Amino acid sequence: MSTIPAFEASYNEPWHLPSRGKVGMFSLIIGESALFTIFVVAYIFYIGKSLSGPTPEILSVPVFSTICLLSSSFFIWLAERAIEKNDMKKFMLWWSTTIALGLIFIVDTGIEWHKLIYGEGLTISTNLFGTTFYSLVGLHATHVVLGLIMLSLVLVFTLTGHVSEHHAERIQVLSLYWHFVDAVWVVVFTVVYILGR
Amino acid sequence: MADQTLPVPGTLDVTPPHHAEGTFLEWLHDWVVTVDHKKLGILYIVYAICFLAVAGTEALYIRIQLAVPDNKFLSPEVYNRLFTMHGTTMVFLVGMPILFGFANYLVPLMVGARDMAFPRLNAFSFWLTAFGGLMLYFSFIGGFGLYGAGNAPDVGWFAYAPLTAKAFSPGNGVDYWALALIAMGFGTLGTAINIIATTLCMRCKGMTLMRMPLLVWLMFVTSGLTLVTITPLTAAQVMLMIDRYLGGHFFDTQAGGSAVVWIHFFWIFGHPEVYVLVLPAFAIANEIIPVFSRKAIFGYPAMVAASVGIGFVSLGVWAHHMFTVGMTSVENAFFVLSTMLVGIPTGIKIFNWLATMWGGKIRFATPMLFCTGFLLQFLVAGLTGIMLSVAPWNWQLHNSYFVIAHFHYVLVGAIVFCIFAAIYYWYPKATGHMLSERLGKWHFWLFALGFHITFDTMHFVGIMGMPRSIYTYGADRGWGTLNMVITTGAFVQGIAVLIFVYNLIVSYFKGQEAGNDPWDAWTLEWATHSPPPEYNFATDPVVKSRRPLWDLKHPEDPDWKYE
Repeated sequence: MSTIPAFEASYNEPWHLPSRGKVGMFSLIIGESALFTIFVVAYIFYIGKSLSGPTPEILSVPVFSTICLLSSSFFIWLAERAIEKNDMKKFMLWWSTTIALGLIFIVDTGIEWHKLIYGEGLTISTNLFGTTFYSLVGLHATHVVLGLIMLSLVLVFTLTGHVSEHHAERIQVLSLYWHFVDAVWVVVFTVVYILGR
Repeated sequence: MADQTLPVPGTLDVTPPHHAEGTFLEWLHDWVVTVDHKKLGILYIVYAICFLAVAGTEALYIRIQLAVPDNKFLSPEVYNRLFTMHGTTMVFLVGMPILFGFANYLVPLMVGARDMAFPRLNAFSFWLTAFGGLMLYFSFIGGFGLYGAGNAPDVGWFAYAPLTAKAFSPGNGVDYWALALIAMGFGTLGTAINIIATTLCMRCKGMTLMRMPLLVWLMFVTSGLTLVTITPLTAAQVMLMIDRYLGGHFFDTQAGGSAVVWIHFFWIFGHPEVYVLVLPAFAIANEIIPVFSRKAIFGYPAMVAASVGIGFVSLGVWAHHMFTVGMTSVENAFFVLSTMLVGIPTGIKIFNWLATMWGGKIRFATPMLFCTGFLLQFLVAGLTGIMLSVAPWNWQLHNSYFVIAHFHYVLVGAIVFCIFAAIYYWYPKATGHMLSERLGKWHFWLFALGFHITFDTMHFVGIMGMPRSIYTYGADRGWGTLNMVITTGAFVQGIAVLIFVYNLIVSYFKGQEAGNDPWDAWTLEWATHSPPPEYNFATDPVVKSRRPLWDLKHPEDPDWKYE
């Protein structure tokens, strides 16, 4: 028989540990920030270095879709509050609003790209501007799409009645990701449509 | 064994139930679907040791080719592939997996947890890393098929642009390289997130941050560094793939792109990567040196601060790889000074280890021998590092064998020595059997001898002007004798590693029974059975100090009275 000394079972002081979901998501966000930093730095470094046209002047500022995306952060926050209070109807309403706003953003990006590709003849291989523009904005759009897929999954599970207030913390973890995607857009928007134009 | 004589009244039966012996398929299925951190840790380590053998063999081929002047043992193409694959394998398929393997195995045990924070993510990360490694090696037979040595990447492990452009690297070698690294990058990111969450959220009661074993602290810092280190590499690889497949121009100098940007991006990853590899080595030394000196670690808070300090400083030194690329004198001065700054926290660590050993009752068992070797060699590696950080000295010796000698002193002299120490130290915990001390001493002395023959001599050929990555050299250069010496040393190391692998296998079946606590150590992993049951601890541990097992063994003189 093999034995080990037993530990004292009692521990009287309060013992609090952070939520692993949130710590994990914050870690992912730190890593993602580094990923975006590299693409942003590449974009800034290559501003004005294209040897041929078109130049960033052809871009039009996507004000409407930016408002949609940024305001979705507010609605997802309302959804977080609603689920904490177990108000599933409101949760469903705000959650769907968030998805709708995200969809508007991604569709608007699609329209913008369609104009650029067929109207201006700018593709990823046209010049340095095209390469850096599509990769940076595309990287962000990829994150929006991933976020939308996850948000929609939650919506489906809510409709089938599988989501309740017990999942409030998981919903918050997912919302953190969505907030990050919105925050990154502020940086991308500033660099691409304000500084770089 | 020490634990059975403990004067502790309440003891607890932890003999794990004997599993019925299943068929081979059941056993295999068990390992493939496992989410147990201990099994995944062992998988990582075994995977890394297999690739260590592969990459070591590649190194031996390189050394045979360079042993004598004007040699034609390998063709130039194969030679380029071998040094590329040697570097890539050693960094991504040996260094990182083995260190994450130790983190996987030890961090939950040391913080008194049941498993990692995200066990399924853990399994996913391992299999992604494994897939990346297999994809990299598939390049030998994939791509063009089996023409000679196939179509493995041949662009150096840093793959400088524009050599990686489609025009200069046709075929699929570079693609396999980039895709494998992207896959492993995601796997590594997952593991890093997991270790951070485990450290912060899974600690047992009483395990405050300043009571965590230093190994856990260093793995935590390493993981934090990995988050911001591996993602830039992934970003750069994605850019490379855009250039190669979508006709992008990131690194295309014909269209205004810049090759220097790749060098920056690569080393923004590449230099912190060295610390990602070396901090876990420090972590191992932090656990082994106190136990074999029979003293608590000297200057625990200073060690923590130095580790965090190294983590931050290492993010601002990357361009010391680029002095010969051409920078302004302000940039040169900045990177010279920031690089020298790393010497301060690492110096603190060296002095703390020495102070831990000072006046201790040192037991020179094999793990301690390797750690002592590590101390000496890491000091030399640090000193040549400071030499190379001086820009004018660097202009002379950049890309020479002096640089190769310097970083192999770090990667082999420090990291591989610590990895061997760790395997000798924790093998009894993982398998329940001791490794043979006699074979271990043979392994240590032969490996140390071979190491010094090889890498000490490399400094001299470097100063004599021999550049790295060359296929062969003329007899009139006068490098022939020294290169023969280097090659001889490489084979001595090879023999030592064979002894080690033999020891690993034989001791698994015939090794002496280890018991739960063969080294009379102080951290929580030694409080459970060897090998630990799946649930790790039968009762949740509660700790009051940095050395919980010391407190249990010495209730009359516990640590928590002094902390």
